[in-house]
Amino acid sequence: MLTFTLRRLLLAIPTLLVISLVIFLLVDLAPGSPMSEIPLTVPPDVRRKMIEALGADQPVFFRYFLWLRQFFWVEPVTLFDGWFGTSWAGGEQRILSWQSRAPVFTIIGQRIPQTLTVIGTAYLVGILIALPIGIYSAYRQYSLFDQLGTLIAMIGFSVPTFFSGTLIIIIFAVTLGWFPTKYDTNLHVTDWASFVKQLQQMAMPVMTLGLANAAVISRYMRSSMLDNMGMDYVRTARAKGLTERVVVLKHVLRNSMIPVVTVIALGIPSIFGGAIITENLFGVNGIGAALIGAIHASDLPMVQTLAFIFAVLIVTFNLIADVLYGLLDPRIRYD
Amino acid sequence: MKLTTALLGAACALSFAPAAFADRGTDGEVKFTFPQAVSIMNPFLSSGTKDVYAASLVLEPLAGFDADGNIIPKLVTEIPTLENGGISADLTSITWKLLPDLKWSDGSPVTADDAVFTAAYCMDPAGGCAQLSKFDSVAKVEAVDASTVKVTFTGPKPNPYTAFVGALSPLLQKAQFAACQGAAAPTCTDPNNMPIGTGPFKVTGFTVNDTVTLAMNENYRDPAKPAFASAVIKGGGDAEGSARAVMETGEFDYAWNTQIPPDSQASMTAAGKGEFVVAFGTLVERIEMNMTDPDPALPEGERATVKHPHPILSDIKVRTALSKAIDRQILSDVGYGAGGMPTCNVIPAPAAWASDNTGCIAQDMEGAKKLLDEAGWVPGADGIREKDGKKLHILYQSTVNPIRQDFQALVKDWWTELGVDVELKAIDPSVFFGGDAGSPDTFQKFYADVEMYANNSDGTDPETYLSQYQCVNAPSPDNQWQGENMNRFCDPAYDAKVKVLSTTVDVAERQKLAKELNDMVTKDSMVVVPLVHRGTLSAHSNTLGGVKINAWDSEMWNVADWFRVK
Amino acid sequence: MTEAAIVIPKPESAARAIWAQFRSHKGAVFGLVVLSLLILAVVIGPYLWHPEKLTVVEAIKSKNKGPSLRFPLGSDHLGRDMLQRMIQAGKVSLAVGFVAMMIAIVFGTLIGVLAGYYRRLDGPLMRLTDMFLALPLVPLLLVIMMLFRDRTASILGPELGAFTLIVFAIGITSWMQAARIVRGEVLALKEREYVLAARSIGSASRRIITRHILPNVVSPVMVAATLGIAEAIITESVLSFLGLGFPPDFPTWGRLLYDGLSYMQVYPERVIWPGLAISLTVLSVNYIGDGLRDALDPRIRGR
Repeated sequence: MLTFTLRRLLLAIPTLLVISLVIFLLVDLAPGSPMSEIPLTVPPDVRRKMIEALGADQPVFFRYFLWLRQFFWVEPVTLFDGWFGTSWAGGEQRILSWQSRAPVFTIIGQRIPQTLTVIGTAYLVGILIALPIGIYSAYRQYSLFDQLGTLIAMIGFSVPTFFSGTLIIIIFAVTLGWFPTKYDTNLHVTDWASFVKQLQQMAMPVMTLGLANAAVISRYMRSSMLDNMGMDYVRTARAKGLTERVVVLKHVLRNSMIPVVTVIALGIPSIFGGAIITENLFGVNGIGAALIGAIHASDLPMVQTLAFIFAVLIVTFNLIADVLYGLLDPRIRYD
Repeated sequence: MKLTTALLGAACALSFAPAAFADRGTDGEVKFTFPQAVSIMNPFLSSGTKDVYAASLVLEPLAGFDADGNIIPKLVTEIPTLENGGISADLTSITWKLLPDLKWSDGSPVTADDAVFTAAYCMDPAGGCAQLSKFDSVAKVEAVDASTVKVTFTGPKPNPYTAFVGALSPLLQKAQFAACQGAAAPTCTDPNNMPIGTGPFKVTGFTVNDTVTLAMNENYRDPAKPAFASAVIKGGGDAEGSARAVMETGEFDYAWNTQIPPDSQASMTAAGKGEFVVAFGTLVERIEMNMTDPDPALPEGERATVKHPHPILSDIKVRTALSKAIDRQILSDVGYGAGGMPTCNVIPAPAAWASDNTGCIAQDMEGAKKLLDEAGWVPGADGIREKDGKKLHILYQSTVNPIRQDFQALVKDWWTELGVDVELKAIDPSVFFGGDAGSPDTFQKFYADVEMYANNSDGTDPETYLSQYQCVNAPSPDNQWQGENMNRFCDPAYDAKVKVLSTTVDVAERQKLAKELNDMVTKDSMVVVPLVHRGTLSAHSNTLGGVKINAWDSEMWNVADWFRVK
Repeated sequence: MTEAAIVIPKPESAARAIWAQFRSHKGAVFGLVVLSLLILAVVIGPYLWHPEKLTVVEAIKSKNKGPSLRFPLGSDHLGRDMLQRMIQAGKVSLAVGFVAMMIAIVFGTLIGVLAGYYRRLDGPLMRLTDMFLALPLVPLLLVIMMLFRDRTASILGPELGAFTLIVFAIGITSWMQAARIVRGEVLALKEREYVLAARSIGSASRRIITRHILPNVVSPVMVAATLGIAEAIITESVLSFLGLGFPPDFPTWGRLLYDGLSYMQVYPERVIWPGLAISLTVLSVNYIGDGLRDALDPRIRGR
């Protein structure tokens, strides 16, 4: 397993380089221009000069190598300088967003906390709700609980978040007036009152996303449990006189986790990627909102950097999922 | 309800009386919400309206515009004119006198050097300044003395109120931006996000594309203003969410650009927490007719160029018929409600510049049908008109936007009644307006028969705007499809008149010429088919007083006068 | 060491047994009935329900009406009949949902099985999956549409061309999850005793995959398929939102739902109808999937 992990980690480097190139070419090829949000009153020659000032008129491979250099050399060195007060970066240009002219990593740094707290909480809440529901639904298949769970789960993933989010706003913010509709980024939790405020402003986005996540995960959990409930080893375990609790939670659950682990592992990078629609709807300034804004403004450095970090996370978490498969089912061998 | 509105109206009216409502900073916080978040606070690096408006709380020009489009002094003692000698007799220079004892928010004095620097900053060829056109034909800007700025033009300039006038070209502090000129401009993150200004507020915190926090400027020139001690601008979401936050939940005081359907406007107003206000500038939703053939069968490089005139729309009778079949009042009511009115003009405002052309407002379906008959397009077996075996088929493109899709559906209905086969297409706005020469879907390439979007003139004087329809400005492969004459309209008489306008000084004469040019592209040729004169819909809370909506400058032009209604 | 092949003697009777088991599953029968009704409604609906064509002025006068005899589902803000639009929309949405889901599931399962079973293919195929997962969706869709729209339109005509491209675009961007899940299962399955046994008696790989592996990955695939339909219907509305979907006068359930959002507070039925239609479709597919899984499982079928 260790050699497997090491080999995969080494292999990840060329994979990620290829992915980064593909992303770069893709984003570059996509129609749209950084000038699309500039009012029509700005004449064409001024637009051309603005594009030149951004460096957006340079050949695509030149820009790609510039980005690679900035991402793997300038940015880490700048970070190092920031920590230890050195000045090795020598004022070299960092990756700058075309839209706001601010360093991309500064923007990411500003946004990570919101994404992690809001989207991360929603994901955690989703998993915590989904696992017991999935397990119990499978254990008591076709019971009232199972039927109700199925119904809610189906509604949960057949209504898109733009719809459920708006509905939640109308119910909880407009009608009941319990929660604010706009997330206040400048709120710092210092005492009990501000903590309550933070909980209030997190409530609606967490509800919206948690419902969607719980719906998906609980379906996989349930179906996988059902598959294993009828297995011979379950009968054996029961025949041995083990309690139901041990049979279900130890034997069946462990063998049912493989598809669930895949789904959860696939979902974790998307916590970082943020929930584009939900973040936008509730004014949470997370990574997802930044990504969609950057895509609309054809802000190539921003899109490229975010997409690449996203790729790194996906590759990492898929590796983690593979390692977990081996732990859950020792029969799985990779070499 | 009615009574409250009346009382509030009275309160608003009172706010302009010199009555000392409050001393500086006694009214707490004013909260703004924008559907698009603020990216940068330096208007010279982004002319996105959201950025310009946010910056206008901090940065000020020498002069601005009031709600009626009249020029008003901001940092100067008076507006220079020919009469007071501020503008030279030969129209080649304009001299501004700064107010005495003017201070930046950091306490240092504002001098003419700051203006000289600002001009150099924007005119630097490597800087990529978004407001370069404000400094068009400026030969030099010099400091005559510490408080006198003289702008000299390369030739006579009939409208010299461009540089340092309006929210688009404010004054920057030389001390702060000295190291940020030219190629270094974009790298100066801190100055760009937290510029030092002379406005009623100063930036205290900036989160890119999210929130700007501001505090009152202790060095503001009027010691009694602003009434608010702090301000915050939260961006992001959509127009609905912004409107809701002001009108229904009351979390915010002011929402800019809340373009929502008329039905929702009514229901939100009914909640009684705020009101919608409309600023009518020169924004006109229009259908542009393609005068060249966009047939995909033509080789790339010749498609949609003047080489091939449009097989159907080159006939003025067809263009007129298409315009006559449209009921603009219905469009305006369905799409914009109070935020729109039907128009036949490209220049709908200010009143003195707008032609009295209203001939298109009444729908005339029968007249339209007759015109098509005359043009030789007769109904075929399936009801679609044909001529020489060719069907009357029109590809009608626009951007993705619920109101535009409604317009497309309605216009399609009318044109179908006329016997036209209409195909609709909606394109992502960032592609449509992006101007990427590699994409077939830009509004410049115009690979369709007609297209619909909105455009406006920058400021009150429409000279630049009207000059866009000259022959040379047609986008084509030769200029990488960059140009503003999307229709490829070409009329030597029009070009000649634009030239006359550019040298005419007398305002009344300029207005007459502008009206004639407006008529030439609209009712005389039907190349541009204006539909709706659009306003910008904003919302403000009932507890916010002093708001005076302005379409000619920043909507927050008089934020120093805003106060909390108690 | 019970071989599945021994339990099922002949194909026809197997099919009959599966059908019998399927029929006994109440939810599955309900799902099948609802789905058939929905399909029937969108296929023969246009022949049964054709409201009179109103002129624009007449239509505007009857805008935003609640349900009535004239407008069974009410009318929208331009006075268009909602029932007629729901029927038109359903045809497109159901077709897009099923075809795109099929593409995604077939492709995803294929990649997943190949990667899980053949160790040599595992690396390259999973890296490909990683890449597709990492690609930002919106630029990818924009590029696909830009490159292929005109070409497919000229070959297949504008409407069929748009349909083909849309289902292809949705399929190509949503197979990855199915692939990863199937691969994970296959990795575990291929070390099970019955697979080892089949291999030891010299069964061909293809036979092992189709007889022993595939039937055992049915249940996660079914879940993925159920989720896939809902996702495809919603993704289509995202495509329309980006101007990449069908022409703007072509209603789909996703688009009706999206357009209705601004009217949700004033006229809630504008969002209820399309929301209900999508939910019903997903719910019935889910129950059918449940029934099918039970029916295909010989351990359950015997009981």
